[in-house]
Amino acid sequence: MMRPGGDRVGDDRTEAAVTDPAYNFAYLDEQTKRMIRRAILKGLAVPGYQVPFASREMPMPYGWGTGGVQVTAATLTPDDTLKVIDQGADDTTNAVSIRKFFQKTAGVAVTERTADATVIQTRHRIPEHPLTEDQILVYQVPIPEPLRFLEPRETETRKMHALQDYGLMHVKLYEDIAQNGAIAKSYAYPVKVSGRYVMDPSPIPKFDNPKLDMPAIQLFGAGREQRIYAVPPYTPVVSLDFEDFPFDPSKADHACDLCGADTSYLDEVIVDDAGGRMFVCSDTDFCGERRDAGHRGAMSPPDAAVQA
Amino acid sequence: MYVAVKGGERAIENAHAWLDEERRGDPAFAALSLAQIREQLSLAVDRVMAEGSLYDPDLAALAIKQARGDLIEAIFLIRAYRTTLPRLGTSRPVDTGAMACDRRISATYKDAPGGQVLGPTFDYTHRLLDFKLAAEGTPAPAPAPQATARTAPTPHIAAYLQDEGLMQSEPADDTAPSDITRTPMSYPAGRAVRLQSLARADEGFTLGMAYSTQRGYGYNHAFVGELRIGRVPVEMDVPELGFAVEIGEIELTECETVNQFKGSRTSPPQFTRGYGLVFGKGERKAISMALVDRALRWEELGEDNTGAAAQDEEFVLSHGDNIQATGFLEHIKLPHYVDFQSELELVRKMRRDAGAGNTAEAAE
Repeated sequence: MMRPGGDRVGDDRTEAAVTDPAYNFAYLDEQTKRMIRRAILKGLAVPGYQVPFASREMPMPYGWGTGGVQVTAATLTPDDTLKVIDQGADDTTNAVSIRKFFQKTAGVAVTERTADATVIQTRHRIPEHPLTEDQILVYQVPIPEPLRFLEPRETETRKMHALQDYGLMHVKLYEDIAQNGAIAKSYAYPVKVSGRYVMDPSPIPKFDNPKLDMPAIQLFGAGREQRIYAVPPYTPVVSLDFEDFPFDPSKADHACDLCGADTSYLDEVIVDDAGGRMFVCSDTDFCGERRDAGHRGAMSPPDAAVQA
Repeated sequence: MYVAVKGGERAIENAHAWLDEERRGDPAFAALSLAQIREQLSLAVDRVMAEGSLYDPDLAALAIKQARGDLIEAIFLIRAYRTTLPRLGTSRPVDTGAMACDRRISATYKDAPGGQVLGPTFDYTHRLLDFKLAAEGTPAPAPAPQATARTAPTPHIAAYLQDEGLMQSEPADDTAPSDITRTPMSYPAGRAVRLQSLARADEGFTLGMAYSTQRGYGYNHAFVGELRIGRVPVEMDVPELGFAVEIGEIELTECETVNQFKGSRTSPPQFTRGYGLVFGKGERKAISMALVDRALRWEELGEDNTGAAAQDEEFVLSHGDNIQATGFLEHIKLPHYVDFQSELELVRKMRRDAGAGNTAEAAE
């Protein structure tokens, strides 16, 4: 079947799976996906290096995850199972919207269970459940350049990366400590990948940074800035710090009020007019699975406690 | 409470349903037809085609209707659609010298071959609200007087200066320019890429940049050497035929400015130009583009970089696209509570530490 993009959809795909026949599998035409895959492969070959790619205009706005969506589109096969999270949650509006986009254009299976997904697109979090070699984690990246807020010019920052000239970053971290007694960076905390490139891990909380060295493939897509970069499996990723001020992956000093987990990253929710707070896992799948397994937190509804 | 914070699928669907209803407005009034938009809001259609980089008045009209008149949203719809279109080939460069001009004016010569043709311009209207237009069912205006159409090509004003050696000549270059929709931007971008980028840049941004050069930030006085609006044929080589065939006509606005150049050690004083070209009737944008183009040429012409924003290629090109800009700007309304939570923890920790420090100091 010919698509407007001039591409043929694989014969093994059933017609019912593609719900919108006006577009190619996973929206992008095959030439574009090939171009993106080349950028991904280059990124995997040079971990942490920002590969320029000819980002396309997508049917969602820049800033809504167009980079991640393009990487996911180029990565998906009809057999994949996709999970999409935003802020760790499957039911945030933009995660819902991106998941629906791929259901519509690729007809792939979707899941909320981290363990069941083969491709996970994320914004701002790494799932709590450890990922495996069979999974790909795709990050949405707003500003791929870790040096951007120190040096606004792309021409300069590319030079700095080429020369491995990261002095400016170290000075910034040092000044933070000198002025505030701490590195004033709590998310998008810069890392060094494989001892070479300083990389922005996207705006994940620094709590997630230690997980960046993982068995799964990690792909980062920045649509508006036209950059793709990657961390291959088992690649050393070090959060920048100083010997006397070691990196501290902090989180809220609470346990989840729904599932009782004390090792997961928590969102703080204001629950009443008096400013009462509750803390809940930002990873909704993780929290739900724990509750299904019978774990309870301080504010769990009492009626739910028996069903486990 | 928890669910309310997270939002969800039904909220999106309901929001879309409400949006549809709002777009339609009060159903007691007739719905707009695309033809009405195309014919009566033609300058909006032109802007959407220019910044959407797709010449199709009907699609632009549809986008304007769907976007409820929000032109940047309409431009976005067109951009998102054009990415999905196959590229069948490349046209030959259009010859604006062969333009059938509806409007052609020069601010530098009182008269020139081809004449001054005012065309349907707002320029000398008095901006008084015409309350007659408010009345429903007003008859269409009487046809405007017709002149005999000019059949000969209308020569470019700049060519006369060039023949005298007073205008810097632009060397012909047949190398295929880089395509900004297929190649990631890199700097220095070069003039071909700059002009492509400016042609689809936001009108307001381009206007602001151009205005800043007039007010002294990268000052270079510009005369509108020529401004022309009209239709040009588009030709494409058809390999099977071995010659080019005309595949249609498009309307364009072209502006060439005449700017002074003091001369340098290597070149004598002469005039230089800035160039603007946009789809449809878009003279504000075309003139703005020409001024910004000229400002960005400081290096090639050996002028001083005064540090003005309009002289800074990376600054201008990376901020002129309204689809990129509006996307990134508006994305900050998406959930950021994970990042914000980490900021909360950090600020609380730093305040605790600072508090402890102050108490310690007070005790000493």
